[in-house]
Amino acid sequence: MSLRDEMERRIRARLPDARIELNDMTGGGDHWQAVIVSSTFEGQTTLLRQRAVFEALGELMHGPIHAFTVRTLTPAQAGRTE
Amino acid sequence: MDQNAQDRIRKMVTENQVMLFIKGTPDFPQCGFSAAVVDVLNDVGVPYAAFDVLSDPGIRQGIKDFANWPTIPQLYVKGEFVGGCDIVREMHASGELEPLLRGESA
Repeated sequence: MSLRDEMERRIRARLPDARIELNDMTGGGDHWQAVIVSSTFEGQTTLLRQRAVFEALGELMHGPIHAFTVRTLTPAQAGRTE
Repeated sequence: MDQNAQDRIRKMVTENQVMLFIKGTPDFPQCGFSAAVVDVLNDVGVPYAAFDVLSDPGIRQGIKDFANWPTIPQLYVKGEFVGGCDIVREMHASGELEPLLRGESA
């Protein structure tokens, strides 16, 4: 399973309805940019949303992933930005 | 978990209204994300204390446990974890950051 698949699997396990976009910024697999859309984020601060994503990624954040920037949106917010 | 590091971190975030943990120093940040947060704080213009986690492996790991947040930089206001680079930039753009840093918001 590639790192990308593993990241997606873990995020989806935590946020089952999530629409997940993962961009490998350098092609080296350690700098990622993500956009995650989930109704679970409704009513949550950005901090809580991002902490949930980092917790889902778990120890991937302590080795394979060096940098991970993420935009965490509710479906409504994502609808507006598209 | 290194209790000494946790105590030292708690001391730093409570004794400084605005406390920033970065890689490098405000004058010489060693990572793009740390530099970005330094730029935001300098743009707002509030005084802040900074700690170079590269100088202390115990704090570098301890801060991640302290905030339950796996990345550096980390910004604290009045002892509360505010966020990393994304959140600080987002709050700066939305105008939420300055009142928080100046201790004017709730």
